[in-house]
Amino acid sequence: MPAMVSAAQPVQRSFNPYTENGGTILAIAGADFSVIAGDTRQSEGYSIQTRYAPKVFRLTDKAVLAVNGFAADGNMFVKKVRQRLEWYRHAHAKDMPIRAIARLIQTMLYARRFFPFYVYNILGGIEEDGTGAVYSFDLLIYFKNQTPAPGTAFPKHLPLSTVLPLVIDSFTSATERHIEVGDGLEIYIVLSKGSTALQSLQTIRGIQELTATNDGERVFVIRRELKKD
Amino acid sequence: MDHFPTNWGRPRNDAFDAYGTYPIHQRPQNGPKDAFVDGVQRTQQPIVTGTSVLAIKFKDGIMMAADTLASYGSLARFKDVQRLFPVGDNTVIGAGGDMSDFQHIQTLLDGLTIDEFTAQDGHTLGPAEIHEYLAQVMYARRSKMNPLWNALLVGGVKDGKKFLAFVDLLGTTYSASTLATGYGAHIAQPLLRKAVEGYENVLTEEQALKIIETNMKYQVAIITEEGVRISESKTLDTHWSFAEGIRGYGAQAQ
Repeated sequence: MPAMVSAAQPVQRSFNPYTENGGTILAIAGADFSVIAGDTRQSEGYSIQTRYAPKVFRLTDKAVLAVNGFAADGNMFVKKVRQRLEWYRHAHAKDMPIRAIARLIQTMLYARRFFPFYVYNILGGIEEDGTGAVYSFDLLIYFKNQTPAPGTAFPKHLPLSTVLPLVIDSFTSATERHIEVGDGLEIYIVLSKGSTALQSLQTIRGIQELTATNDGERVFVIRRELKKD
Repeated sequence: MDHFPTNWGRPRNDAFDAYGTYPIHQRPQNGPKDAFVDGVQRTQQPIVTGTSVLAIKFKDGIMMAADTLASYGSLARFKDVQRLFPVGDNTVIGAGGDMSDFQHIQTLLDGLTIDEFTAQDGHTLGPAEIHEYLAQVMYARRSKMNPLWNALLVGGVKDGKKFLAFVDLLGTTYSASTLATGYGAHIAQPLLRKAVEGYENVLTEEQALKIIETNMKYQVAIITEEGVRISESKTLDTHWSFAEGIRGYGAQAQ
């Protein structure tokens, strides 16, 4: 006898509130700078939704946030972080330091423990002591970039002139290997006060400065094309 | 002891937060429960559906097109349904997905338009504002696990700026010079991109219409600085004689 099908409970296909919008982001911290980059393609499955949807956002002159995962959650998350930073500015008349932003983001992510933002975040920028910093987050918590153990020099900091070609090459390679990566590349560079890396930026084609305050840190963006197929 | 300060009664001075209740926490629900709450169903799948909407940018504005069929599963249920809807003087939205949810969105937008008109503050809503509003509504509804089952295109021109963007039931948004929903996103979008990308400020209205016509069947909305024009429903010359030769497609018995 075939198994009885219960008619009491209607069978429902449940609505899935998440999707995956592809793309990739990366950040590298230097001694006195930080580089945060992301491609600009937004896709769903095999369809490209748009060739230009930014994933990297300048929060302050010392902090840049890259978001990757579910685009709607990502945009909403950035919007909420920015709102909190504005409140902080109104309350304290200064920009929130990056380690505080990192903790804030951790708290905001964990607040949604039971309905997570489907977003992987990378936060890059300059600490209050002028060193480059990178924080990465999974859906709920964060990790700071590796810092040298007391008395050692690890990790070795690369100069900006090495980092930039490395980033561009990484994205061109990722574009060749992965269908979700391509179309455009946005590289944000945050320099600490009086950073010597400034010279190596002068010669770069199409570089644009986004600095908004006179605190000393400077933010730049470089845009490059990636393959569109 | 009730540990929720907001339940302790009104503070004497509304401007001063005596109990330190900021940020206001979720107040506990003490009222009677809705007896019918278990009986309420949310949209878990679309019923009467529309499919593709196409839109492109051209020299003077935005051109958007949608067919007029609303299907009930595989049944062609309603053959003359308007899926393009003007909002104010500068904007048109086009909808794919569930048509009843779309009608609800029209009601929301009508309410919004009236609210804005009543303010009489010399401002009107442009396409960017309409899109932001819809994006917030769609994202809020998906976050309540009660989505409005649509994919919407919002297009328009205001203050000399063209605007074209997308929002769907998940609250996903994006903008581009060519957009398509539903099947059109797979079939028409590559052709539209080829014809339009890089020529957004060159294509004339006639050329744009030709591009749209080679892709569609339909009703067209043209939004320029002068305002919104939406055409009557038109039929397209299609050629299906080739179907006779295909087994299982034409009228043959076996």
